[in-house]
Amino acid sequence: MKDLEKYTLRIADTSLILAQRLSEWCSNGPTLEEDIALSNISLDLFGQANGLLDYVSKLNGEKSADEIAFKRNERQFYNLQICEQENGHFGDTIIRQFLCDSYFKLFYSSLANSKDEILSAIANKSLKEVEYHLRHSSNWVIRLGDGTKESNQKIQTSLNQIWKFTGEFFEMDELDNIMLKKNIGVDNNNLKEEWDLIVNKTLKQAKLTRPNDGYMMNGSKQGLHTEYLGKILAQMQYLPRAYPDAKW
Amino acid sequence: MKKNKSTVWEVFIQSKNGLAHKHFGNVHAEDKEMALQNARDLYTRRNEGSCIWVVKSEHIVSSVPDDEDSFFDPSNDKVYRHPTFYKMPDGAKHI
Repeated sequence: MKDLEKYTLRIADTSLILAQRLSEWCSNGPTLEEDIALSNISLDLFGQANGLLDYVSKLNGEKSADEIAFKRNERQFYNLQICEQENGHFGDTIIRQFLCDSYFKLFYSSLANSKDEILSAIANKSLKEVEYHLRHSSNWVIRLGDGTKESNQKIQTSLNQIWKFTGEFFEMDELDNIMLKKNIGVDNNNLKEEWDLIVNKTLKQAKLTRPNDGYMMNGSKQGLHTEYLGKILAQMQYLPRAYPDAKW
Repeated sequence: MKKNKSTVWEVFIQSKNGLAHKHFGNVHAEDKEMALQNARDLYTRRNEGSCIWVVKSEHIVSSVPDDEDSFFDPSNDKVYRHPTFYKMPDGAKHI
């Protein structure tokens, strides 16, 4: 696989898997309004994944975007592990979304300056959507954190549990360094400082305690995942694998 | 889905700059920001507008159907309230 193709695929997979995860809230939201809000965010992410996968397909020259999404196995997916984590209760989902949105905002802001015109265009388009997502999730973090004693405790636990997946946002591997040198990719290390600012500010407002950076999970860049990705893929890929010629 | 006990807000959307805000429907929300976001998600997904107002439903004072007779009937037979007794000058168009 070419460098640019793999780099784009990583970004695409992160959007795709988080979109699929969030879509599980459709018809299960705590209220009708929130159900639609989460489904909208999921659809935005699917849209981003679609644009990126089309580009991967073009770079690949053989496989269609659908084939890339539906005909790969776990070890061939490169999404950040945080995206595949289970939805849990509403607070678990909101915290995961908030941490991801804060990262997406900075990542896409930086990718918007990419020398690659298509990546830059996708980043610019995604940025508008992501800014709204961040506004939505930050407000909920504050509402729940600074809500009742019970809601504060619950969302603090959610935060503590998912924290170990935030290390991956800022990792750089060989491919990242190559893409950075070509002025195509993002310097992930560089995002950390501003991410800390965004996250700390909201957590403070929400009366939540930022967990210490302890052991951090990693491995998604090599296709290593937690047990949850397989189950997502089983659901997401069932139809096109069982009925390869199905049209929808 | 659990019973929703939160506040109801009325949603008004301005479709274009300069036009009046029109009533679109309502949403449930706990606070102002949530009301605005819910309205955005529910009612402006297909380019419906450029500005949203949300107002707590309890703050809207409405006439009630029972008052219909005393409120609206008396104007029915007062045709002179309509500007229909003028002769239109020939040059005036689009009126």
